[in-house]
Amino acid sequence: MPIKLAGESLNACSGCEISILDMGERLLKLLEFVSIIHFPLLMDSKQGKNNSRIVKLPKADVGLISGSIKTDEHLELALAMRDSCDFIVALGTCATHGGIPALANSFHNEDLLEYCFNTEGTDKTDGFPSHIVPELLDACYALDEHINVDIFLPGCPPHPDHIFRALQSIDKNESFSQSKKSVCDNCPATRDGKGQVKTLKRALELPRWHAGDDKKEGFKCFLEQGFLCMGPVTRGGCGGDKEHARCIMTQIPCRGCYGPVKKESNQRLSMLNALASNGIDISSLPETLSMLRFSGGHGLLRPLPRIKES
Amino acid sequence: MAKVINIQPITRIEGHASIHIQLNDQGNVQETKVAFKSLRGFEKFVEGKPAEELPRIVSRICGICPWMHHIASNKAVDACFNVTPPPAGNLLRELMLTIAHIEDKLLHFFFLAGADFFWGPEYDFSVRNIMGLVKANPELAEKVIRMRHKAKMVLDSFSKKTIHPVAGVPGGFVKPLSIEDRKIFIDNVNELLEFALFALEYAKKNVFPKFDESYPGLGEITTGFIGMVDNKGSLNLYDGNIRLMKPDGTSKEFRPDEYLDHLAEKVVPFSYGKFPYAKSWGEGFSMDLDAPKGIYRSNTLARINVADQIATPRAQAELEEFRDLYGRPAQSTLLYHYARLIEEVYTCERAIEILKDPRIINPEVRAKVEPCAGRGVGCVEAPRGTLIHDYTTDEKGLITRVNLIVGTTHNLAPINLSVDRAARDLIKNGVYDDAILNKIEMAVRAYDP
Repeated sequence: MPIKLAGESLNACSGCEISILDMGERLLKLLEFVSIIHFPLLMDSKQGKNNSRIVKLPKADVGLISGSIKTDEHLELALAMRDSCDFIVALGTCATHGGIPALANSFHNEDLLEYCFNTEGTDKTDGFPSHIVPELLDACYALDEHINVDIFLPGCPPHPDHIFRALQSIDKNESFSQSKKSVCDNCPATRDGKGQVKTLKRALELPRWHAGDDKKEGFKCFLEQGFLCMGPVTRGGCGGDKEHARCIMTQIPCRGCYGPVKKESNQRLSMLNALASNGIDISSLPETLSMLRFSGGHGLLRPLPRIKES
Repeated sequence: MAKVINIQPITRIEGHASIHIQLNDQGNVQETKVAFKSLRGFEKFVEGKPAEELPRIVSRICGICPWMHHIASNKAVDACFNVTPPPAGNLLRELMLTIAHIEDKLLHFFFLAGADFFWGPEYDFSVRNIMGLVKANPELAEKVIRMRHKAKMVLDSFSKKTIHPVAGVPGGFVKPLSIEDRKIFIDNVNELLEFALFALEYAKKNVFPKFDESYPGLGEITTGFIGMVDNKGSLNLYDGNIRLMKPDGTSKEFRPDEYLDHLAEKVVPFSYGKFPYAKSWGEGFSMDLDAPKGIYRSNTLARINVADQIATPRAQAELEEFRDLYGRPAQSTLLYHYARLIEEVYTCERAIEILKDPRIINPEVRAKVEPCAGRGVGCVEAPRGTLIHDYTTDEKGLITRVNLIVGTTHNLAPINLSVDRAARDLIKNGVYDDAILNKIEMAVRAYDP
């Protein structure tokens, strides 16, 4: 019997779902042991939702949830998925750590609404949308802040190799394990470890790159070239089972899309510590909150408290 | 008998939306609302970030068209910092954007919207999808999956990260194209072109004839159109002027950085997505089905309507055939699918043209970038329409203000109108079923996923 799979996408961009399709011909293999019974992006199952705000989803063995929780509707869907699925897979960094949309956690909802509905070119409005649209929660939450999660598959998006393997392991009733190493641990860059860099450059120029013709020589660690690279504090594996880290191999420093190496750690704190202990002047960067651009859920990014006017 | 029919969520689309149809006492449609439910706040939360980081952040607006956001963002940052990429840098950006279009159109037609036509809107929903196609027509499904993957793998092999890419950089592109890769890509895209021509022929035979037979006038409305054209008035997805066409076929052209003189956005109470309209027509905004005001559409049909011609031969021949049948501007909503497959042919032809351009292998792919205060508008055509990124930076090159109009947004009012039209035509005296509700959703799927 194929395993029954349900999917829901919350505060997300659909990139995780496209990553599933990027399995290519392995999709056909996947469909031999997986039967998709609910997946709004791909099929029209609407059980229990027409004419009702109470969501009831079909029973499934495994539920893939992409996206973070930012509205009452997301929360309702997440709870309904937990209810109807034996295994919950948090698919992608939005689901595991808040992801890019959790950058909104640095602001109050009123400020977001005020800005977005008053941009240049927007006609003056008396009020913000409030009819039919779901209500915004006070923050953008990772899934496990509201429901129990069985498998965490970070990545923006997670590599198709990992998604395939996770589903395969559920099908075979095996435990699913993934890399506990950092991006640096498997990086092909050479490091001299002399710690000569004292300040960091912005990504206005590119790191030097000597791979290619002379692969043996490799290229020098981007951090040692003076570029911020989140590799040391980011979980490795983004290149899938066979390839090195994707951004690095594009010649671009890592920004941390697989989230922290240890699920609970704080990428920004870890990175600031790593920089400080190497004597690198943190103030050479224009801002450091972006170090949490993928993992601002779990209360790590918060709005500044409002100053009360007397 | 008065009641509200809710279709939620709208399925086989990207994004989160629902349809709410208010019936009157006689069971006929009184009012229809399509609610767009996502508000993430990108325009606000990028405030204070270094502008050069934005192309890696705002791509997350859409996981289906991240390349378009990535490149529009790079163009906006270029303009803020007053830098012009060298020719190879521009060509590589256009190549990636064009191949991403190739992939997207296959996804839209075969994986998402096509199922309605392969099976019919009343067919069992558990079969009426790409998984069903794998079982029903494994040969076609396998080919579709392989071809879409092939386009994806061209992007992947060169730029590694295809969902939320990083290879476009302010000032140009991260690395040059090698002669070996170029050759491989030409072979791959030639194969994609062959498939594009097959797909169009297949649809002309098996799908498009059903538009009039089975869904006469589905979601049909009369509107203006928007899309980018080059300096000869030809379809262009990467660069050029924005052409805004009135329903009568007359049009005005403007530079992307003049968009605020021509377009405005309306806040509606039932949608987090704002509804743009053509301010420069001077008639205001109205979604009255009988007398809409300021309403224009974007996306495939819009682009082939506003363009005088397509500069590649096979797509041009297809456009001529299309115009002989439907005129210009063509208004029928389901024709978006036809236009999509014509564009599929164009994007394949254009990708080959770019790859054959001698400048594409020039090693100089990136201009030097210095941060400064400025304002820049970056514009490209995303699958779903004209994509506008408008940034302002301070003297350190940090973002102080952002305004975005994304492709789908242009179509929010038209989607509402088309759904309203379909609902009024299909629901009579309180009678409706799942097939009718799915037909109403088909009016959305013509525009969006």
